[in-house]
Amino acid sequence: MRRSVLLLATAALLLVSVARAGPPSPGVTHVSVPPGTPLVDWGAQLFGANCVTCHGPEGRGIFSSIAGAGGTTGLGPSLQGVGAQAADFYLRTGYMPLEDPHKQPRRSRVLFSEQELQALIAYVASLKQGPPVPTPHPEGGDLAEGLKQFTEHCAGCHQVAAAGGYVTNAVAPALNRATPVQIAEAARIGPYVMPRFSERQISNQQLDSIIRYVIYAKHPDDRGGWAMGHIGPVPEGLVTWFIGIAAIVATCVVIGRRLST
Amino acid sequence: MRRWLIALLVLLLGRLRRRPRLPREERIVEPAPPDRSAENLALALFGCAALCGVAFPVVYAVDAIPHQTQSLGLALGLALAFIAAACIVIGRRLVVTEELEEDYSLPGHPDEEDAVARIVEESGDRFTRKRLLLLAGTGAGTALGVALITPGASLGPLLDVSSLYRTPWRRGVRLVDEAGQRFRADEIEEGTFYTAYPEHADREQMGAPLVVVRLKPEQLQLPGGRRGWAPDGIVAYSKICTHAGCAIALYRKPTFPPVEPRPALICPCHYSTFDPARGGQVLFGPAGRDLPQLPLEIDPIGELRAGGNFSGAVGPSWWGVRNHGARS
Repeated sequence: MRRSVLLLATAALLLVSVARAGPPSPGVTHVSVPPGTPLVDWGAQLFGANCVTCHGPEGRGIFSSIAGAGGTTGLGPSLQGVGAQAADFYLRTGYMPLEDPHKQPRRSRVLFSEQELQALIAYVASLKQGPPVPTPHPEGGDLAEGLKQFTEHCAGCHQVAAAGGYVTNAVAPALNRATPVQIAEAARIGPYVMPRFSERQISNQQLDSIIRYVIYAKHPDDRGGWAMGHIGPVPEGLVTWFIGIAAIVATCVVIGRRLST
Repeated sequence: MRRWLIALLVLLLGRLRRRPRLPREERIVEPAPPDRSAENLALALFGCAALCGVAFPVVYAVDAIPHQTQSLGLALGLALAFIAAACIVIGRRLVVTEELEEDYSLPGHPDEEDAVARIVEESGDRFTRKRLLLLAGTGAGTALGVALITPGASLGPLLDVSSLYRTPWRRGVRLVDEAGQRFRADEIEEGTFYTAYPEHADREQMGAPLVVVRLKPEQLQLPGGRRGWAPDGIVAYSKICTHAGCAIALYRKPTFPPVEPRPALICPCHYSTFDPARGGQVLFGPAGRDLPQLPLEIDPIGELRAGGNFSGAVGPSWWGVRNHGARS
Protein backbone atom coordinates (compact mmCIF):
# COMPACT_ATOMS: atom_id res chain seq x y z
CA MET A 1 0.00 0.00 0.00
CA ARG A 2 2.72 2.40 1.07
CA ARG A 3 4.64 1.58 -2.07
CA SER A 4 1.77 2.16 -4.44
CA VAL A 5 1.04 5.51 -2.84
CA LEU A 6 4.68 6.42 -3.24
CA LEU A 7 4.58 5.32 -6.83
CA LEU A 8 1.44 7.20 -7.72
CA ALA A 9 2.94 10.25 -6.09
CA THR A 10 6.10 9.94 -8.20
CA ALA A 11 4.04 9.32 -11.32
CA ALA A 12 1.96 12.39 -10.66
CA LEU A 13 5.10 14.37 -9.93
CA LEU A 14 6.59 13.18 -13.17
CA LEU A 15 3.57 14.09 -15.22
CA VAL A 16 3.59 17.55 -13.68
CA SER A 17 7.29 17.97 -14.33
CA VAL A 18 6.88 16.70 -17.89
CA ALA A 19 4.06 19.15 -18.42
CA ARG A 20 6.37 21.92 -17.31
CA ALA A 21 9.45 20.75 -19.16
CA GLY A 22 7.85 19.83 -22.48
CA PRO A 23 8.81 16.70 -24.43
CA PRO A 24 11.52 14.68 -22.70
CA SER A 25 15.00 14.97 -24.09
CA PRO A 26 17.05 11.81 -24.53
CA GLY A 27 18.81 10.80 -21.37
CA VAL A 28 17.72 9.59 -17.98
CA THR A 29 16.64 11.28 -14.79
CA HIS A 30 18.75 10.48 -11.77
CA VAL A 31 17.03 10.46 -8.41
CA SER A 32 18.96 11.17 -5.26
CA VAL A 33 17.70 9.34 -2.22
CA PRO A 34 18.82 9.62 1.37
CA PRO A 35 21.38 6.99 2.37
CA GLY A 36 19.83 3.86 3.79
CA THR A 37 16.80 3.93 1.47
CA PRO A 38 15.87 0.33 0.55
CA LEU A 39 16.98 -0.64 -2.98
CA VAL A 40 13.42 -1.41 -4.07
CA ASP A 41 12.19 2.02 -2.99
CA TRP A 42 15.00 3.76 -4.82
CA GLY A 43 14.10 1.61 -7.83
CA ALA A 44 10.49 2.74 -7.55
CA GLN A 45 11.62 6.37 -7.63
CA LEU A 46 13.79 5.75 -10.69
CA PHE A 47 10.96 3.85 -12.35
CA GLY A 48 8.62 6.71 -11.73
CA ALA A 49 11.12 9.15 -13.19
CA ASN A 50 12.15 7.20 -16.28
CA CYS A 51 9.85 4.29 -17.12
CA VAL A 52 6.30 4.95 -15.97
CA THR A 53 5.36 7.06 -19.02
CA CYS A 54 5.41 3.93 -21.17
CA HIS A 55 5.13 1.00 -18.79
CA GLY A 56 2.42 2.52 -16.63
CA PRO A 57 2.02 2.66 -12.87
CA GLU A 58 3.40 -0.49 -11.21
CA GLY A 59 4.55 -1.65 -14.64
CA ARG A 60 1.02 -2.58 -15.68
CA GLY A 61 1.72 -1.46 -19.26
CA ILE A 62 0.05 1.07 -21.56
CA PHE A 63 -1.54 -0.71 -24.48
CA SER A 64 -3.04 2.05 -26.57
CA SER A 65 -1.23 5.21 -27.30
CA ILE A 66 -2.74 8.15 -25.40
CA ALA A 67 -1.34 11.62 -25.85
CA GLY A 68 -0.22 12.65 -22.40
CA ALA A 69 0.80 15.92 -20.87
CA GLY A 70 3.47 17.84 -22.73
CA GLY A 71 2.91 15.93 -25.97
CA THR A 72 4.34 12.69 -24.61
CA THR A 73 2.75 9.48 -25.76
CA GLY A 74 3.31 6.45 -23.62
CA LEU A 75 3.07 2.95 -25.05
CA GLY A 76 4.69 -0.10 -23.58
CA PRO A 77 4.20 -3.68 -22.43
CA SER A 78 3.40 -4.78 -18.90
CA LEU A 79 6.42 -5.59 -16.76
CA GLN A 80 4.55 -7.64 -14.18
CA GLY A 81 6.00 -11.12 -14.06
CA VAL A 82 8.93 -10.45 -16.37
CA GLY A 83 11.23 -10.69 -13.37
CA ALA A 84 14.80 -9.57 -12.83
CA GLN A 85 15.82 -11.51 -15.97
CA ALA A 86 14.15 -9.17 -18.47
CA ALA A 87 14.92 -6.00 -16.49
CA ASP A 88 18.60 -6.95 -16.26
CA PHE A 89 18.75 -7.66 -20.01
CA TYR A 90 16.94 -4.55 -21.26
CA LEU A 91 18.74 -2.16 -18.90
CA ARG A 92 22.28 -3.51 -19.14
CA THR A 93 22.19 -3.67 -22.95
CA GLY A 94 20.98 -0.08 -23.09
CA TYR A 95 17.80 -1.23 -24.93
CA MET A 96 15.83 0.73 -22.35
CA PRO A 97 15.01 3.52 -21.85
CA LEU A 98 13.78 3.71 -25.43
CA GLU A 99 13.60 7.10 -27.11
CA ASP A 100 10.58 6.24 -29.27
CA PRO A 101 8.32 3.29 -28.47
CA HIS A 102 7.82 2.65 -32.19
CA LYS A 103 11.52 2.04 -32.78
CA GLN A 104 13.38 -1.22 -32.43
CA PRO A 105 15.46 -1.14 -29.23
CA ARG A 106 19.18 -1.15 -30.02
CA ARG A 107 22.29 -1.66 -27.95
CA SER A 108 23.37 1.72 -26.66
CA ARG A 109 25.32 3.36 -23.86
CA VAL A 110 23.96 2.57 -20.39
CA LEU A 111 23.12 5.88 -18.71
CA PHE A 112 22.32 4.54 -15.24
CA SER A 113 24.99 3.89 -12.64
CA GLU A 114 25.56 0.34 -11.37
CA GLN A 115 23.62 1.04 -8.14
CA GLU A 116 20.75 2.61 -10.06
CA LEU A 117 20.61 -0.46 -12.33
CA GLN A 118 20.47 -2.75 -9.31
CA ALA A 119 17.73 -0.64 -7.77
CA LEU A 120 15.60 -0.65 -10.94
CA ILE A 121 16.08 -4.40 -11.46
CA ALA A 122 15.12 -5.05 -7.83
CA TYR A 123 12.01 -2.89 -8.25
CA VAL A 124 10.85 -4.62 -11.48
CA ALA A 125 11.50 -8.01 -9.87
CA SER A 126 9.39 -6.97 -6.86
CA LEU A 127 6.31 -6.18 -9.01
CA LYS A 128 5.35 -9.81 -9.39
CA GLN A 129 7.02 -13.20 -9.13
CA GLY A 130 9.26 -13.68 -12.20
CA PRO A 131 12.39 -15.43 -13.42
CA PRO A 132 15.67 -14.34 -11.77
CA VAL A 133 18.85 -13.30 -13.60
CA PRO A 134 20.32 -16.55 -14.97
CA THR A 135 23.82 -17.75 -14.13
CA PRO A 136 25.20 -19.51 -17.20
CA HIS A 137 28.37 -21.63 -17.10
CA PRO A 138 29.79 -21.39 -20.62
CA GLU A 139 33.07 -23.00 -19.48
CA GLY A 140 31.07 -26.20 -18.95
CA GLY A 141 29.60 -26.06 -22.47
CA ASP A 142 30.79 -27.93 -25.53
CA LEU A 143 31.98 -25.76 -28.42
CA ALA A 144 31.02 -28.21 -31.20
CA GLU A 145 27.61 -28.80 -29.65
CA GLY A 146 27.25 -25.03 -29.32
CA LEU A 147 27.89 -24.54 -33.04
CA LYS A 148 25.31 -27.22 -33.84
CA GLN A 149 22.66 -25.71 -31.58
CA PHE A 150 23.45 -22.17 -32.71
CA THR A 151 23.13 -23.23 -36.36
CA GLU A 152 19.79 -24.86 -35.64
CA HIS A 153 18.16 -22.21 -33.47
CA CYS A 154 19.95 -18.88 -33.97
CA ALA A 155 21.87 -18.74 -37.26
CA GLY A 156 18.75 -18.19 -39.37
CA CYS A 157 18.69 -14.58 -38.13
CA HIS A 158 22.04 -13.90 -36.44
CA GLN A 159 24.17 -15.69 -39.12
CA VAL A 160 26.37 -18.61 -38.20
CA ALA A 161 29.22 -16.24 -37.31
CA ALA A 162 26.89 -14.36 -34.90
CA ALA A 163 27.52 -11.25 -37.01
CA GLY A 164 23.86 -10.24 -37.13
CA GLY A 165 21.43 -10.08 -40.02
CA TYR A 166 17.95 -9.10 -41.11
CA VAL A 167 14.41 -10.26 -40.59
CA THR A 168 11.61 -8.66 -42.60
CA ASN A 169 10.78 -5.40 -40.76
CA ALA A 170 13.49 -5.84 -38.11
CA VAL A 171 17.22 -6.20 -37.57
CA ALA A 172 18.89 -9.16 -35.86
CA PRO A 173 21.77 -7.59 -33.90
CA ALA A 174 25.38 -8.74 -34.03
CA LEU A 175 26.35 -10.61 -30.88
CA ASN A 176 29.94 -9.39 -30.61
CA ARG A 177 29.19 -7.32 -27.51
CA ALA A 178 26.81 -9.72 -25.78
CA THR A 179 27.93 -11.05 -22.41
CA PRO A 180 27.23 -14.67 -21.38
CA VAL A 181 24.45 -13.54 -19.02
CA GLN A 182 22.85 -11.39 -21.72
CA ILE A 183 22.90 -14.30 -24.21
CA ALA A 184 21.26 -16.57 -21.66
CA GLU A 185 18.64 -13.91 -20.88
CA ALA A 186 17.89 -13.16 -24.54
CA ALA A 187 17.32 -16.83 -25.37
CA ARG A 188 14.75 -17.16 -22.58
CA ILE A 189 13.05 -13.75 -23.01
CA GLY A 190 13.06 -13.32 -26.79
CA PRO A 191 13.55 -9.54 -26.94
CA TYR A 192 11.62 -7.55 -29.57
CA VAL A 193 10.63 -9.93 -32.44
CA MET A 194 13.00 -12.76 -31.46
CA PRO A 195 11.23 -15.96 -30.41
CA ARG A 196 11.92 -17.13 -26.87
CA PHE A 197 13.23 -20.60 -26.25
CA SER A 198 11.96 -22.71 -23.39
CA GLU A 199 14.06 -25.31 -21.60
CA ARG A 200 12.25 -27.98 -23.61
CA GLN A 201 13.71 -26.49 -26.81
CA ILE A 202 17.15 -25.49 -25.49
CA SER A 203 18.23 -27.06 -22.19
CA ASN A 204 20.46 -25.09 -19.82
CA GLN A 205 23.36 -27.37 -20.78
CA GLN A 206 22.78 -26.65 -24.49
CA LEU A 207 22.48 -22.95 -23.70
CA ASP A 208 25.90 -23.06 -22.01
CA SER A 209 27.29 -24.62 -25.20
CA ILE A 210 25.63 -21.94 -27.34
CA ILE A 211 27.11 -19.19 -25.15
CA ARG A 212 30.53 -20.80 -25.40
CA TYR A 213 30.19 -20.79 -29.17
CA VAL A 214 29.03 -17.15 -29.31
CA ILE A 215 32.00 -16.11 -27.16
CA TYR A 216 34.27 -18.10 -29.48
CA ALA A 217 32.65 -16.51 -32.55
CA LYS A 218 33.74 -13.05 -31.36
CA HIS A 219 37.33 -13.97 -32.19
CA PRO A 220 37.24 -17.14 -34.29
CA ASP A 221 40.34 -18.97 -35.36
CA ASP A 222 40.62 -17.92 -39.02
CA ARG A 223 42.63 -20.77 -40.48
CA GLY A 224 42.12 -19.43 -44.00
CA GLY A 225 43.66 -16.07 -43.13
CA TRP A 226 41.48 -13.20 -44.24
CA ALA A 227 38.08 -13.39 -42.52
CA MET A 228 36.23 -10.85 -44.72
CA GLY A 229 33.82 -10.05 -41.91
CA HIS A 230 32.76 -13.68 -41.42
CA ILE A 231 29.55 -12.99 -43.27
CA GLY A 232 29.81 -15.60 -45.95
CA PRO A 233 29.35 -15.83 -49.69
CA VAL A 234 28.66 -12.21 -50.68
CA PRO A 235 32.05 -10.69 -49.71
CA GLU A 236 33.77 -13.92 -50.72
CA GLY A 237 32.14 -13.67 -54.14
CA LEU A 238 33.22 -10.04 -54.45
CA VAL A 239 36.80 -11.03 -53.65
CA THR A 240 36.60 -13.81 -56.25
CA TRP A 241 35.30 -11.49 -58.93
CA PHE A 242 37.32 -8.38 -58.35
CA ILE A 243 40.59 -9.74 -56.95
CA GLY A 244 40.80 -13.41 -57.96
CA ILE A 245 39.65 -13.05 -61.54
CA ALA A 246 41.66 -9.85 -62.01
CA ALA A 247 44.77 -11.71 -60.81
CA ILE A 248 44.14 -14.56 -63.25
CA VAL A 249 43.67 -12.16 -66.17
CA ALA A 250 46.87 -10.33 -65.19
CA THR A 251 48.74 -13.65 -65.10
CA CYS A 252 47.44 -14.51 -68.56
CA VAL A 253 48.64 -11.17 -69.90
CA VAL A 254 52.12 -11.71 -68.45
CA ILE A 255 52.36 -15.22 -69.86
CA GLY A 256 51.15 -14.06 -73.27
CA ARG A 257 53.77 -11.33 -73.39
CA ARG A 258 56.63 -13.66 -72.54
CA LEU A 259 55.63 -16.05 -75.33
CA SER A 260 55.28 -13.36 -77.97
CA THR A 261 58.71 -11.81 -77.41
CA MET B 1 8.27 -32.40 -87.17
CA ARG B 2 8.48 -33.96 -90.67
CA ARG B 3 10.39 -30.99 -91.97
CA TRP B 4 12.86 -31.36 -89.14
CA LEU B 5 13.35 -35.06 -89.89
CA ILE B 6 13.99 -34.39 -93.58
CA ALA B 7 16.44 -31.63 -92.75
CA LEU B 8 18.30 -34.01 -90.39
CA LEU B 9 18.40 -36.73 -93.07
CA VAL B 10 19.75 -34.38 -95.71
CA LEU B 11 22.38 -33.16 -93.29
CA LEU B 12 23.48 -36.70 -92.46
CA LEU B 13 23.60 -37.83 -96.11
CA GLY B 14 25.54 -34.74 -97.02
CA ARG B 15 28.07 -35.51 -94.32
CA LEU B 16 28.42 -39.13 -95.39
CA ARG B 17 29.28 -38.46 -99.03
CA ARG B 18 33.03 -38.46 -99.47
CA ARG B 19 34.69 -35.62 -101.16
CA PRO B 20 36.76 -36.59 -104.21
CA ARG B 21 40.44 -36.60 -103.51
CA LEU B 22 42.63 -34.40 -105.65
CA PRO B 23 46.00 -35.84 -106.53
CA ARG B 24 48.92 -33.72 -105.41
CA GLU B 25 52.20 -33.85 -107.19
CA GLU B 26 54.82 -32.96 -104.58
CA ARG B 27 55.07 -32.90 -100.77
CA ILE B 28 56.30 -30.12 -98.54
CA VAL B 29 56.46 -32.00 -95.26
CA GLU B 30 58.81 -34.93 -95.32
CA PRO B 31 56.85 -38.18 -95.18
CA ALA B 32 57.24 -39.76 -91.75
CA PRO B 33 56.84 -43.48 -91.00
CA PRO B 34 53.46 -44.45 -89.53
CA ASP B 35 53.55 -45.11 -85.78
CA ARG B 36 51.09 -47.92 -85.13
CA SER B 37 51.91 -48.22 -81.43
CA ALA B 38 51.28 -44.55 -80.73
CA GLU B 39 48.05 -44.81 -82.65
CA ASN B 40 46.99 -47.82 -80.65
CA LEU B 41 47.86 -45.99 -77.46
CA ALA B 42 45.73 -43.00 -78.44
CA LEU B 43 42.86 -45.32 -79.31
CA ALA B 44 43.22 -47.14 -76.00
CA LEU B 45 43.24 -43.84 -74.10
CA PHE B 46 40.10 -42.63 -75.89
CA GLY B 47 38.53 -46.00 -75.10
CA CYS B 48 39.39 -45.61 -71.41
CA ALA B 49 37.96 -42.09 -71.42
CA ALA B 50 34.74 -43.39 -72.95
CA LEU B 51 34.57 -46.15 -70.32
CA CYS B 52 35.02 -43.65 -67.51
CA GLY B 53 32.40 -41.40 -69.05
CA VAL B 54 29.95 -44.31 -69.21
CA ALA B 55 30.88 -45.30 -65.65
CA PHE B 56 29.54 -41.95 -64.37
CA PRO B 57 25.85 -42.54 -65.10
CA VAL B 58 26.27 -46.18 -63.95
CA VAL B 59 27.64 -45.09 -60.56
CA TYR B 60 24.97 -42.42 -60.43
CA ALA B 61 22.19 -44.92 -61.02
CA VAL B 62 23.35 -47.81 -58.82
CA ASP B 63 22.95 -46.83 -55.17
CA ALA B 64 24.70 -49.97 -53.91
CA ILE B 65 28.11 -48.64 -54.97
CA PRO B 66 29.96 -47.37 -51.88
CA HIS B 67 31.46 -43.86 -51.71
CA GLN B 68 29.23 -42.71 -54.53
CA THR B 69 30.25 -39.06 -54.49
CA GLN B 70 33.95 -39.90 -54.60
CA SER B 71 33.39 -42.47 -57.37
CA LEU B 72 31.46 -39.94 -59.43
CA GLY B 73 34.28 -37.45 -59.08
CA LEU B 74 36.84 -40.10 -59.94
CA ALA B 75 34.94 -41.18 -63.08
CA LEU B 76 34.64 -37.63 -64.35
CA GLY B 77 38.24 -36.76 -63.46
CA LEU B 78 39.66 -39.89 -65.11
CA ALA B 79 37.60 -39.34 -68.26
CA LEU B 80 39.06 -35.86 -68.61
CA ALA B 81 42.57 -37.12 -67.78
CA PHE B 82 42.38 -39.88 -70.41
CA ILE B 83 41.18 -37.46 -73.09
CA ALA B 84 44.04 -35.15 -72.17
CA ALA B 85 46.53 -38.05 -72.36
CA ALA B 86 45.21 -39.11 -75.76
CA CYS B 87 45.59 -35.55 -77.06
CA ILE B 88 49.14 -35.43 -75.71
CA VAL B 89 50.02 -38.72 -77.43
CA ILE B 90 48.58 -37.49 -80.72
CA GLY B 91 50.31 -34.16 -80.43
CA ARG B 92 53.71 -35.47 -79.51
CA ARG B 93 53.98 -38.74 -81.39
CA LEU B 94 51.58 -38.68 -84.33
CA VAL B 95 51.54 -35.17 -85.74
CA VAL B 96 54.63 -34.46 -87.82
CA THR B 97 56.44 -31.60 -86.23
CA GLU B 98 58.65 -29.34 -88.20
CA GLU B 99 59.96 -26.01 -87.18
CA LEU B 100 59.79 -23.44 -89.92
CA GLU B 101 60.80 -19.86 -89.58
CA GLU B 102 59.47 -17.44 -92.09
CA ASP B 103 58.31 -13.88 -92.19
CA TYR B 104 54.67 -13.08 -92.39
CA SER B 105 53.66 -13.03 -95.98
CA LEU B 106 51.82 -10.11 -97.42
CA PRO B 107 48.18 -10.81 -98.11
CA GLY B 108 47.33 -11.92 -101.57
CA HIS B 109 49.75 -14.85 -101.92
CA PRO B 110 47.41 -17.70 -102.66
CA ASP B 111 50.29 -20.08 -103.36
CA GLU B 112 51.75 -19.69 -99.92
CA GLU B 113 48.40 -19.90 -98.22
CA ASP B 114 47.74 -23.07 -100.15
CA ALA B 115 51.12 -24.37 -99.04
CA VAL B 116 50.28 -23.74 -95.40
CA ALA B 117 47.02 -25.63 -95.81
CA ARG B 118 48.91 -28.51 -97.40
CA ILE B 119 51.43 -28.58 -94.58
CA VAL B 120 48.59 -28.97 -92.12
CA GLU B 121 46.95 -31.60 -94.28
CA GLU B 122 50.12 -33.58 -94.82
CA SER B 123 51.25 -33.47 -91.23
CA GLY B 124 48.36 -35.79 -90.54
CA ASP B 125 49.89 -38.37 -92.81
CA ARG B 126 51.05 -40.67 -90.06
CA PHE B 127 47.45 -41.47 -89.19
CA THR B 128 46.68 -44.71 -90.94
CA ARG B 129 43.24 -45.08 -89.37
CA LYS B 130 42.12 -41.49 -89.26
CA ARG B 131 38.41 -42.18 -89.25
CA LEU B 132 38.73 -44.74 -86.46
CA LEU B 133 40.69 -42.28 -84.35
CA LEU B 134 38.14 -39.60 -85.06
CA LEU B 135 35.41 -42.04 -84.05
CA ALA B 136 37.25 -42.90 -80.83
CA GLY B 137 37.65 -39.22 -79.99
CA THR B 138 34.00 -38.57 -80.72
CA GLY B 139 33.03 -41.56 -78.55
CA ALA B 140 35.09 -40.31 -75.65
CA GLY B 141 33.62 -36.82 -76.04
CA THR B 142 30.08 -38.16 -76.22
CA ALA B 143 30.55 -40.34 -73.13
CA LEU B 144 31.91 -37.34 -71.25
CA GLY B 145 28.96 -35.25 -72.40
CA VAL B 146 26.54 -37.90 -71.16
CA ALA B 147 28.38 -37.95 -67.82
CA LEU B 148 28.05 -34.18 -67.53
CA ILE B 149 24.30 -34.07 -68.14
CA THR B 150 23.51 -37.10 -65.94
CA PRO B 151 23.12 -35.07 -62.68
CA GLY B 152 20.21 -33.32 -64.37
CA ALA B 153 18.21 -36.42 -63.45
CA SER B 154 18.37 -35.23 -59.83
CA LEU B 155 16.30 -32.19 -60.70
CA GLY B 156 13.19 -34.24 -60.17
CA PRO B 157 10.82 -36.61 -61.89
CA LEU B 158 10.47 -35.86 -65.58
CA LEU B 159 6.99 -37.11 -66.43
CA ASP B 160 5.38 -38.68 -63.39
CA VAL B 161 5.18 -35.97 -60.72
CA SER B 162 2.67 -37.79 -58.52
CA SER B 163 5.41 -38.59 -55.96
CA LEU B 164 5.84 -34.85 -55.35
CA TYR B 165 2.31 -34.58 -53.94
CA ARG B 166 2.88 -37.38 -51.42
CA THR B 167 3.48 -36.60 -47.73
CA PRO B 168 3.71 -38.90 -44.70
CA TRP B 169 0.85 -37.08 -42.93
CA ARG B 170 -2.66 -38.45 -42.62
CA ARG B 171 -5.32 -38.21 -39.97
CA GLY B 172 -4.15 -39.50 -36.59
CA VAL B 173 -0.36 -39.32 -37.13
CA ARG B 174 1.29 -37.96 -33.97
CA LEU B 175 3.68 -35.01 -33.93
CA VAL B 176 7.10 -35.76 -32.44
CA ASP B 177 10.16 -33.57 -31.83
CA GLU B 178 13.73 -34.09 -33.06
CA ALA B 179 14.38 -36.65 -30.31
CA GLY B 180 11.21 -38.57 -31.20
CA GLN B 181 9.26 -37.41 -28.14
CA ARG B 182 5.56 -36.79 -28.70
CA PHE B 183 4.32 -33.22 -28.47
CA ARG B 184 1.61 -32.47 -25.96
CA ALA B 185 -0.68 -29.54 -26.76
CA ASP B 186 -0.03 -27.90 -23.38
CA GLU B 187 3.75 -27.90 -24.04
CA ILE B 188 3.34 -25.60 -27.04
CA GLU B 189 3.93 -22.07 -25.71
CA GLU B 190 3.22 -18.73 -27.29
CA GLY B 191 6.07 -16.59 -28.54
CA THR B 192 8.23 -19.42 -29.82
CA PHE B 193 8.21 -22.05 -32.55
CA TYR B 194 8.73 -25.80 -32.67
CA THR B 195 9.90 -28.19 -35.37
CA ALA B 196 7.84 -31.35 -35.52
CA TYR B 197 7.98 -34.58 -37.53
CA PRO B 198 5.51 -37.40 -38.16
CA GLU B 199 5.92 -40.31 -35.76
CA HIS B 200 7.47 -43.45 -37.31
CA ALA B 201 8.14 -41.88 -40.70
CA ASP B 202 11.12 -40.89 -42.82
CA ARG B 203 12.10 -37.36 -41.82
CA GLU B 204 14.06 -36.77 -45.02
CA GLN B 205 10.86 -36.57 -47.04
CA MET B 206 9.96 -33.12 -48.27
CA GLY B 207 6.54 -33.29 -46.66
CA ALA B 208 7.72 -34.47 -43.22
CA PRO B 209 8.94 -31.42 -41.23
CA LEU B 210 6.48 -28.99 -39.69
CA VAL B 211 6.78 -25.67 -37.96
CA VAL B 212 4.32 -25.38 -35.07
CA VAL B 213 3.38 -22.15 -33.29
CA ARG B 214 0.72 -21.15 -30.81
CA LEU B 215 -1.24 -17.95 -31.40
CA LYS B 216 -4.15 -16.48 -29.51
CA PRO B 217 -7.35 -18.05 -30.92
CA GLU B 218 -8.84 -14.58 -31.45
CA GLN B 219 -5.80 -13.61 -33.60
CA LEU B 220 -6.54 -16.37 -36.12
CA GLN B 221 -8.17 -15.49 -39.42
CA LEU B 222 -7.88 -18.81 -41.22
CA PRO B 223 -9.39 -19.11 -44.71
CA GLY B 224 -12.87 -20.59 -44.99
CA GLY B 225 -13.03 -24.36 -44.78
CA ARG B 226 -10.28 -24.60 -42.18
CA ARG B 227 -12.54 -24.50 -39.15
CA GLY B 228 -11.10 -26.66 -36.40
CA TRP B 229 -7.63 -26.84 -37.95
CA ALA B 230 -6.05 -24.91 -35.08
CA PRO B 231 -7.20 -26.32 -31.73
CA ASP B 232 -6.45 -23.86 -28.88
CA GLY B 233 -4.74 -21.58 -31.40
CA ILE B 234 -1.99 -24.10 -32.27
CA VAL B 235 -1.21 -24.00 -36.00
CA ALA B 236 1.14 -26.22 -38.02
CA TYR B 237 2.66 -25.46 -41.41
CA SER B 238 5.10 -27.24 -43.70
CA LYS B 239 8.63 -26.16 -42.75
CA ILE B 240 9.69 -26.14 -46.41
CA CYS B 241 9.45 -22.77 -48.15
CA THR B 242 7.29 -22.78 -51.29
CA HIS B 243 9.88 -20.67 -53.13
CA ALA B 244 13.18 -22.56 -53.19
CA GLY B 245 12.68 -25.30 -50.62
CA CYS B 246 14.75 -23.89 -47.75
CA ALA B 247 13.72 -24.57 -44.16
CA ILE B 248 11.53 -21.91 -42.53
CA ALA B 249 13.97 -21.22 -39.68
CA LEU B 250 12.77 -17.79 -38.52
CA TYR B 251 9.77 -16.93 -36.42
CA ARG B 252 9.17 -13.25 -35.96
CA LYS B 253 7.06 -12.79 -32.84
CA PRO B 254 6.21 -9.39 -31.38
CA THR B 255 6.99 -8.83 -27.72
CA PHE B 256 4.65 -5.85 -27.66
CA PRO B 257 2.16 -6.18 -30.56
CA PRO B 258 0.90 -2.55 -30.59
CA VAL B 259 4.21 -1.23 -31.97
CA GLU B 260 5.88 -4.29 -33.49
CA PRO B 261 5.35 -6.21 -36.76
CA ARG B 262 2.78 -9.01 -36.72
CA PRO B 263 3.84 -12.63 -36.16
CA ALA B 264 5.41 -14.18 -39.25
CA LEU B 265 7.22 -17.29 -40.41
CA ILE B 266 10.25 -16.30 -42.48
CA CYS B 267 12.56 -18.26 -44.74
CA PRO B 268 16.17 -17.10 -44.23
CA CYS B 269 17.20 -17.80 -47.84
CA HIS B 270 15.24 -15.07 -49.64
CA TYR B 271 13.07 -13.65 -46.85
CA SER B 272 9.76 -15.04 -48.01
CA THR B 273 7.44 -14.10 -45.16
CA PHE B 274 4.26 -16.03 -44.34
CA ASP B 275 1.41 -15.14 -41.99
CA PRO B 276 0.69 -17.99 -39.56
CA ALA B 277 -2.54 -16.34 -38.41
CA ARG B 278 -4.02 -16.27 -41.94
CA GLY B 279 -3.36 -19.75 -43.22
CA GLY B 280 0.24 -19.18 -44.32
CA GLN B 281 -0.54 -16.28 -46.68
CA VAL B 282 2.54 -14.72 -48.35
CA LEU B 283 3.22 -11.31 -46.75
CA PHE B 284 6.49 -10.53 -48.49
CA GLY B 285 9.19 -12.07 -50.64
CA PRO B 286 9.54 -14.23 -53.72
CA ALA B 287 7.32 -17.16 -52.66
CA GLY B 288 4.45 -17.59 -55.07
CA ARG B 289 2.19 -19.85 -53.02
CA ASP B 290 0.92 -19.86 -49.45
CA LEU B 291 2.67 -22.10 -46.97
CA PRO B 292 0.71 -25.39 -46.81
CA GLN B 293 -1.14 -25.75 -43.50
CA LEU B 294 -1.63 -29.06 -41.70
CA PRO B 295 -4.87 -29.49 -39.73
CA LEU B 296 -4.25 -30.44 -36.10
CA GLU B 297 -6.22 -32.31 -33.47
CA ILE B 298 -5.70 -32.80 -29.76
CA ASP B 299 -6.44 -36.38 -28.74
CA PRO B 300 -8.13 -37.30 -25.43
CA ILE B 301 -4.79 -37.64 -23.62
CA GLY B 302 -3.64 -34.19 -24.78
CA GLU B 303 -1.18 -35.21 -27.50
CA LEU B 304 -1.03 -33.44 -30.85
CA ARG B 305 -2.06 -35.36 -33.95
CA ALA B 306 -2.57 -34.49 -37.60
CA GLY B 307 -6.20 -33.99 -38.56
CA GLY B 308 -5.57 -34.82 -42.22
CA ASN B 309 -3.13 -33.80 -44.91
CA PHE B 310 -1.75 -30.41 -45.94
CA SER B 311 -3.90 -27.70 -47.51
CA GLY B 312 -1.73 -27.77 -50.65
CA ALA B 313 1.32 -29.32 -52.26
CA VAL B 314 4.48 -29.07 -50.15
CA GLY B 315 7.82 -27.61 -51.18
CA PRO B 316 9.04 -25.51 -54.11
CA SER B 317 6.70 -25.28 -57.06
CA TRP B 318 6.79 -27.35 -60.24
CA TRP B 319 4.60 -27.39 -63.33
CA GLY B 320 1.06 -28.29 -62.43
CA VAL B 321 1.67 -27.78 -58.70
CA ARG B 322 -1.84 -26.44 -58.27
CA ASN B 323 -3.48 -29.41 -60.02
CA HIS B 324 -3.77 -31.50 -56.87
CA GLY B 325 -3.48 -31.11 -53.13
CA ALA B 326 -1.10 -33.11 -50.93
CA ARG B 327 -1.73 -36.86 -50.84
CA SER B 328 -0.99 -39.41 -48.15
